[in-house]
Amino acid sequence: MSEPLFIVSKEDWSLHRKGHQDQLRHKQKVNEAIRQNLPDLLTEESIVISGGKQVVKVPIRSLDEYRFRFNHQKSKHVGQGDGDSVVGDVLGVDPTPTTGAGKGEGAGDQAGDDVYEAEIQLNDIEDILFAELELPNLQRKENDQFVVKDIRFNDIRNKGMMSNLDKKRTILENMRRNALNHNPGIGGISPDDLRYKTWEDIIKPESNAVILAIMDTSGSMGTFEKYVARSFYFWMVRFLRRKYEHVEIVFIAHHTEAKEVSEQDFFHRGESGGTICSSAYRKALEIIDERYPPSRYNIYPFHFSDGDNLSSDNERCLKLLQKLLEVTNLFGYGEINQYNRNSTLMSAYRGIQHPNFKTCLIREKSEVYAALKSFFSITEGAVEL
Amino acid sequence: MSWDDDKRHLEYAITEITEVASGFGLDFFPMRYEICPSDTIYSFGAYGMPTRYNHWSFGKSFHRMKMQYDHGLSKIYELVINSDPCYAFLLDGNSLIQNKLIVAHVLAHSDFFKNNARFAATNRNMVESMSASASRIRQYEITYGTEVVEAFIDAAMAIQEHINPSIINPYGMDRNRAEQHLDKNAEKRNDRFEGAYDDLWSVDDRKKEVVDLPPGQIKFPARPEKDLLWFIGQHSRKLQPWQQDVLGVIRDEMYYFWPQLETKIMNEGWASYWHLRILRELDLTTEEIVEFAKLNASVLQPSRHSINPYHLGVKIFEDIERRYDRDKLFEVREYDLDTSFIRNYLTKELVEDLDLYVFEKQGPEWKITGKAWENVRDQLIESRVNGGFPYLIIEDGDYSNNGEMYIRHSYEGIELDLKYVERTLPYLHNLWGKAVHLETTVEGKPVLFSYDGTKHLRKFLT
Repeated sequence: MSEPLFIVSKEDWSLHRKGHQDQLRHKQKVNEAIRQNLPDLLTEESIVISGGKQVVKVPIRSLDEYRFRFNHQKSKHVGQGDGDSVVGDVLGVDPTPTTGAGKGEGAGDQAGDDVYEAEIQLNDIEDILFAELELPNLQRKENDQFVVKDIRFNDIRNKGMMSNLDKKRTILENMRRNALNHNPGIGGISPDDLRYKTWEDIIKPESNAVILAIMDTSGSMGTFEKYVARSFYFWMVRFLRRKYEHVEIVFIAHHTEAKEVSEQDFFHRGESGGTICSSAYRKALEIIDERYPPSRYNIYPFHFSDGDNLSSDNERCLKLLQKLLEVTNLFGYGEINQYNRNSTLMSAYRGIQHPNFKTCLIREKSEVYAALKSFFSITEGAVEL
Repeated sequence: MSWDDDKRHLEYAITEITEVASGFGLDFFPMRYEICPSDTIYSFGAYGMPTRYNHWSFGKSFHRMKMQYDHGLSKIYELVINSDPCYAFLLDGNSLIQNKLIVAHVLAHSDFFKNNARFAATNRNMVESMSASASRIRQYEITYGTEVVEAFIDAAMAIQEHINPSIINPYGMDRNRAEQHLDKNAEKRNDRFEGAYDDLWSVDDRKKEVVDLPPGQIKFPARPEKDLLWFIGQHSRKLQPWQQDVLGVIRDEMYYFWPQLETKIMNEGWASYWHLRILRELDLTTEEIVEFAKLNASVLQPSRHSINPYHLGVKIFEDIERRYDRDKLFEVREYDLDTSFIRNYLTKELVEDLDLYVFEKQGPEWKITGKAWENVRDQLIESRVNGGFPYLIIEDGDYSNNGEMYIRHSYEGIELDLKYVERTLPYLHNLWGKAVHLETTVEGKPVLFSYDGTKHLRKFLT
């Protein structure tokens, strides 16, 4: 036999990229699934309540390799003990199934409610969602001639100035090298371990925008209404904070009177009492007068309410709204109206014909997505940032 | 140490191990050892073969396996391919002693591939075959669009386990030729020599008469068909030639992988048995022995929630050796598969010794519900029947006289995952092009799941 019994070889496999290619394709599919499920995902409690954790577990439909298979839960399995197992030993307990975004009761293990829990980076959802949104009617304000030259540290190199030493990465590098030498731990930092931060210059015109987030916190706003408003603002805040460098956000909570609150209070505090919307508008005007001259700021008030305003107040609201519209780029009014009632505020607003005024009706959670898209739609002729 | 040094040491060790293995009577294919970085090993692990076609599901498992490796949760030391010559991929960075164990281990795998009856019909040139079919599929992607091809592969893979891998299958894999062959045999029978037991031959002929039903009652398929992939590939009126080809590729690959599915415990047990025996023959330093013992222990570590095939397999083989002799071992590795292996050789003493038990879910708790050895044995066998997949057969390919497909699940006590049934039926519909029905049993009652392309229907049959 001329053929050798064995051959040992080591080749260059760096071009064998198949696994990485298909991993990328899988990732694309996850993103597609996220995009398809956006309306449901945006109001997913695990995200909104997480306060912006980086990885969230969300249910994603149709992203599994479906096949005919046995019901694992209902079949028997064989395991192996340490020698002293007895009948009745408990090997593990399944966590009580957490019901999805829906109501807490009665959901359970029903057929048809099949979801695949996927761990998703919040960033991924943002990337997909925010690609579809744009801050509308952005206008050049007087001082955006002056250009901001900014620097951003965004890269790591082996050479650099000692003052820019990245200590964390240096230590990591040191640990890695030590581990390779079978000597785990930190110590003996050599010049090879040093890592430096480097930066790039960013040049962009400064544009100032301020968001006046107004929310009705009166007694008539139930859990559902508050949750929807909260979801909307959750994404709006993340959107604005990420997309534009200079955006300020002012939170105004109102019932019969309005006050400026912190972001934390805005989302977490509940109030009671009646509703007088004009108080919030007056507050908004005050804040604009004091701090945000329209000549320098793009101003975007957003108001969420259940539309249940004190009827005698509507007249005043309209007047104040007209004033607001004169100084703002866009006024968004979102009404959360689960039962499609005829609301006093919406009927009052229906008559307003102003290019800067947008309303949106949200009847169910999944419409938060539609609301985001309608308020932050890309308008033609918008000024490029 | 440079790679040349490493290589020299490794080659020296392999030569020695190969000699020891041959001395024990192991009969393996010529070996090709390839040292690979972890990325590559894990992609082979995810695809089952270096040359397989692209699909996102492989990327998904690649990612999962790679992540576990990166986080230090699990590690693949080697991967061995059933082919002639036999390819073994070793993880770059294995120490010499790790590689010694692995080489001994893969030699036994190679011996098993070469000699176990289940593997007799496998294609030993599968590396090249898969490479060729992968490039055809790539060509289809270019011609018909990646997404179209991917969607079709999604559908085909959803039913890929449903082939008919019976060992007495006289036709192996090529069904058409086989059926002709059967017909020819039938003709031959007519001029067979005469003898006292001639009438026995007519048993077959009578069967044939039963099949010849008057028109209108002709069954299609004539006998219930287990090979869903073949039947659909042959008879679906919806498929393009390229789709038939893809279906055939997936079917061939499943036939190739199937023996590995049904001999998992034996194959790993056999390899572990031999790496232990062979390493005992080598001259190892104290450090090497400690490292070897560590690796061996981690491979053989049992689990409370499942069966470690390495551990169970090696224990049964050692027990066989104790009760019979080593010749018996070689006999078992040739003739058996997991189900018969467990049925024939898992004894009461072993079950008690290994502390095996049956557990199931009661309420939210997973509880041990049985320790009787017959119970454990039968449960193990049951979980290995048909590769651990539900047994489905096509009863009618012209259901309702409308070309619809009626599939029956041979219910044997374990229910199907119903959510998955409803998710898989659309794939099947996609392949068949007409309404599809699946009969199974839910809570003791027969239930029919149907999907007609737009809606699902679920009804109890009484």
